[in-house]
Amino acid sequence: MTGPTTTRKPEPLDFDQPRVSIPKPEYRFDMQGEVPEAERVERAMKSFVKDFGRTAAIYMESCIHCGMCAEACHFYEVTQDPKYTPIWKLEPFKQAYKREYGPFALVYRALNLKPKVTVERLQQWQQLIYDSCTVCGRCSLICPMGIDIAALVSQARHGMYAAGLIPHELWAVTERARLEGSPLGATPKVFKDRLEWLADDHEVEIPVDKGNADVLCTMSSIEIMKYPDSVVATARIMNHLGVDWTFRLDGYEATNFGLLAGNSAAQKQLTRKLIEAAVSCGAKTVILPECGHAYTALRWMGANMYGEPLPFKVQHIAEFLADQARAGKLKLKKLDKSVTFHDPCQVVRRGGAIEAPREVLKALGVELREMYPTKGTNWCCGGGGGVVANHRADELRYKTFKIKMEQIEDTGAEMPVTTCANCRQTFDDGQAHFKWDVRMHSLLELVADHLVEDDA
Amino acid sequence: MTLLEFARGPALQWSVTVFIVGALWRLLGVFLLRSRKDLSEPRNRAAWKGLRLIALRSWPRREFLGGTAFGEVMGYAFHLGFLLTLFFYVPHVLFFADVSRGLIGTDLQGLTGFAWPTLPNGVITLLAGISIAALVAVLVHRIVNPIKRLISNFDDYFSWFVTIAPLLTGLVAFAHFAGWPYERLLAWHLLSVELLLVWFPFGKLMHAFTIFAARGATGLIFERRGASL
Repeated sequence: MTGPTTTRKPEPLDFDQPRVSIPKPEYRFDMQGEVPEAERVERAMKSFVKDFGRTAAIYMESCIHCGMCAEACHFYEVTQDPKYTPIWKLEPFKQAYKREYGPFALVYRALNLKPKVTVERLQQWQQLIYDSCTVCGRCSLICPMGIDIAALVSQARHGMYAAGLIPHELWAVTERARLEGSPLGATPKVFKDRLEWLADDHEVEIPVDKGNADVLCTMSSIEIMKYPDSVVATARIMNHLGVDWTFRLDGYEATNFGLLAGNSAAQKQLTRKLIEAAVSCGAKTVILPECGHAYTALRWMGANMYGEPLPFKVQHIAEFLADQARAGKLKLKKLDKSVTFHDPCQVVRRGGAIEAPREVLKALGVELREMYPTKGTNWCCGGGGGVVANHRADELRYKTFKIKMEQIEDTGAEMPVTTCANCRQTFDDGQAHFKWDVRMHSLLELVADHLVEDDA
Repeated sequence: MTLLEFARGPALQWSVTVFIVGALWRLLGVFLLRSRKDLSEPRNRAAWKGLRLIALRSWPRREFLGGTAFGEVMGYAFHLGFLLTLFFYVPHVLFFADVSRGLIGTDLQGLTGFAWPTLPNGVITLLAGISIAALVAVLVHRIVNPIKRLISNFDDYFSWFVTIAPLLTGLVAFAHFAGWPYERLLAWHLLSVELLLVWFPFGKLMHAFTIFAARGATGLIFERRGASL
């Protein structure tokens, strides 16, 4: 869906009468393009059911409305507002599934047992699907039926994108990524200039566009534009390890806002760029940066977007570093501090790289003080799933951030560390907002700062 | 035809037919959908080990216990009470044996030499009472709790009704309530069971089947990735 975004204010709706205990929600919604309302709904539902496979249908048939998922959601935890119950965020899509797609759809339609989803309903749900869900998947761990609610929210986002009903910021950055190659303006020219500047400034060799390389390194636009030290850290570590590696200007940007916005075509386009760059230089391994959703996009969805198994290995930088540490190749100076680790949801809970960052921290010799809860059930930073890019969600996001502040302070650790630039950005923003005197650190940069150079 | 003859005859046959055909239709309607092959390189090749989620998710993680304890305890109470009453009450066992002889010419004892165990009537009454009390508690919770009230629909309330009805009618028949003729009480009990059977395929009661599929599917996907179960 292309076309300018228009922002709409709430309109009175019949079904939106104030409830006994639930205040009428304030909401704002954005719309892309000028499309008749009925067509928006049709596009949403068609797109929602397009990829509807067996697993999603099983999930849709299994919810028993126990409401336990609310207990796992940080947005519910901090507001105690039932509208943030994760499964409720899917209500229009559950309704549409029963009416249009489920085994008894004919009966539901014939007897009008489930009313047709209206565009007003989708507009109302925009806030729930985009502003108050980081797709962190914590709810998927509590559901007694085993429903992966986060996966269904991602699927619902496909429908919302097709209907032209996504938050303006997400739409805009996805368009920018699609047209310019980067959501934050890190175009190939900008990236090339930055690499030259960083190489000069930090006296580090940064190979670009090598015709052949064993390892293709990628970065996220957040790192390129906000945390360039991560680019330098990547180069230092690769050089230190003597890896045959390169950046490629035709495939360096690992951020994938297509995935976050629900724009499958853009997701595929951005994924293919990385894959084709890797194939071009014959890379055996593609290293993904400290970025959670980039890991999901290429590690777990890349081959499916490509249509065949990837001819190279995909690793998050923390997994690569853990491998090197395990092999005894990564020699590090001891970091004599107590550290707590914030688990990026897409890398750890949903990505499976649970121990790798901890192995790297062990190689750094830190005293690791785990948060409670930790690892798979650690709380999300509140900025994933595109939420940090969506400014109308700021107020709500700051509320959820207090959970992280409390968790970190409870450990008494001297420094928090993570391995996701998006989490780091959320922490930096939260730190500034609350004037909090704790700064989040990058695992990658810590490793680069503690390399034993003599071994190089 | 008396009410009891109706309940034991055509009503039973039709309700069982609706139950079987409806449940198969719903299950096949889902299981026959395509499932795309995941082409990503698995972290764990033995993804089948993720099927342990079917058992694991039967009790919440320690981190989630505080917020879910009421639902879990009440859920177990009414499910166990209902199932033990259904399968271990002497008249039920005799009824199933009768049905079995009608269908395959023999019962479990004839087939295996082992008799189906039963529980004393006093225990069954207690179990049914616990089940009813837990069901009332979950209904009150559904109405009072803002989360549950928001996400509930007709299916939740009607499924609750068809679940508690056989327990109540069964207890009433067992107690020969108000001196009503036992045949009439038994007929009402049978009809309430038949209502449950007829509704079963169309509402949330189908989770009795889909719970295994949903947990299993998630377990396979998550284990393949090495993600947290």
